[in-house]
Amino acid sequence: MTEKKEDKFVQWVLFATGISSILIIILIIAFIFREGLPAILQIGFFNFIFGMVWNPDNGIYGVFPMIVGTLLTTLIALLFAVPLSLCCSIFLAEIAPPNMRKILKPTIQGLAGIPSVVYGFFGLVIIVPFMRIHFGGSGFSVLSASLILTVMILPTIISISEDALRSVPYEYNEASLALGATQWQTIKNVIFPAALPGIITAIILGMGRAIGETMAVIMVAGNVVQIPGSIFEPVRTLTSNIALEMGYATGIHYNALFATGIVLLTVIIILLLIANYINYKKRVTIGGGYL
Amino acid sequence: MNRIISPKNSQKIMETIFWASGIFTVFLLILVIGYILVNGLPVINLNFIFGQPIDNGAAGGILPFIISTIYVTFVALVVATPLGVGGAVYLAEYAGENALVKAIRFGSEILASIPSIVFGLFGFAFFVVYLDFGFSVLSGGLTLALMAMPTILRTAEVAIESVPKSYSEGSMALGASKWQTISQVILPAAVPGIITGVILGMARAVEETAAILYTVGAAIQAPVSIFDPGQPLPLHLYTLATEGISMPFAYGTAAVLVILILVITIVTNTLVDRYTKKMMGR
Repeated sequence: MTEKKEDKFVQWVLFATGISSILIIILIIAFIFREGLPAILQIGFFNFIFGMVWNPDNGIYGVFPMIVGTLLTTLIALLFAVPLSLCCSIFLAEIAPPNMRKILKPTIQGLAGIPSVVYGFFGLVIIVPFMRIHFGGSGFSVLSASLILTVMILPTIISISEDALRSVPYEYNEASLALGATQWQTIKNVIFPAALPGIITAIILGMGRAIGETMAVIMVAGNVVQIPGSIFEPVRTLTSNIALEMGYATGIHYNALFATGIVLLTVIIILLLIANYINYKKRVTIGGGYL
Repeated sequence: MNRIISPKNSQKIMETIFWASGIFTVFLLILVIGYILVNGLPVINLNFIFGQPIDNGAAGGILPFIISTIYVTFVALVVATPLGVGGAVYLAEYAGENALVKAIRFGSEILASIPSIVFGLFGFAFFVVYLDFGFSVLSGGLTLALMAMPTILRTAEVAIESVPKSYSEGSMALGASKWQTISQVILPAAVPGIITGVILGMARAVEETAAILYTVGAAIQAPVSIFDPGQPLPLHLYTLATEGISMPFAYGTAAVLVILILVITIVTNTLVDRYTKKMMGR
């Protein structure tokens, strides 16, 4: 009987560790809201989200320029990263010979492993001076941030899209080739469409990574609170805003930074829900259960 | 397009584009790592690694920052490993496919994708202020533990699930209880995979900056007690680079970080390789 008791006890302990990730999430959301909600209530939701001025010295807190900054850097990064990583994932899944794959796989791991502060440092010493010389201004700009983000989200999009491409049943490929299609026609008309839901998930997760990135962006974006007139002007993102001002913020300013955190959390959770929904849909529409 | 370019030619063009994109990706990694190493390696010597910093890190060495990194990572892993592995065992062996399991999975997915600065905010509000741990190795380590946990959980779950069913059936048939089977048969077989998960979690803790920006403090001395503030390497690199303290030392610190991450990646790959070969062999 003691064995049974031990079994029960262990099961409870494991259950507790199992639900710890839910508890931690609830705790994080609770604390961010506890500290951030007072600011949103006091400033007003619309004034906070759509306010064009962020001036803590005068008690004005509007994060709209930062929302634009985050979206702009992220979208431009996606513009570069999506075509490159899709080509790279197709290369990995369909075309690359084994020894090329042996080089590329660790490469992607390496790109994913480089600390974000090292990326930021690289941007600071290479990209920013390059921008300054060739495009004028300070070099700290939307484009500098987007270029760094491009490299940082490559591994996310490549590895998840590759998985999606690989999970397309091999018979699809064979059937298409047997009908006389070239490899490219097969990829374009058969494999790619079948893998599309997984590829969209990959892009959404890459987008999440770009939105959440802090250190690399802070070091190259210039951090001026403004809606940039061009991609060569400096910009501040939501994440940078928190990191830059948490050190000395007090009172409502402190709460407003947590409110910025609420905005970030909400965006990330919505993105994850969309990604999960697509995964769920995909199962329903394709049926068979192989994807 | 199709009418102008024959299928044969478009096949050739696209193949070239795919090859080019693959090679370009390799080039990107070589560019970043190569540039950091070429500029950083000349700075690295014994005095740099084992010396005390002088003038906020403008001269001397980076030993206290290395100690901080090891200390904070250690705290993070001590907390995250049992939680992650326990959660993985629960998901793989005890839970069926129900709403709770889906909630746990989604929870760990959110944990894995929350921006690191939001972890930093939480760590500051909860560990530093609410629990009154102050700016310390403990606050920083606990914050990093939350970030490393989902990585460990996911990798460990896969490792446990890939242990052949016949193992546990054999053990159960011999009259072992469920827990005896898990602790004596399944976990030992899954150990290499679990270690891989822990190492990946470690990599996440070693490279993280934003989450510790407002939790670990910014001390120049090496932390002794768990309640002492520290300054792990990534944070130190950030300070060196943005406050213009010393560019050569920034390169040196960046190179140390890159080498650390490369070593961790290579060790993980070797482990995974050996493990898969062992599993295939059976």
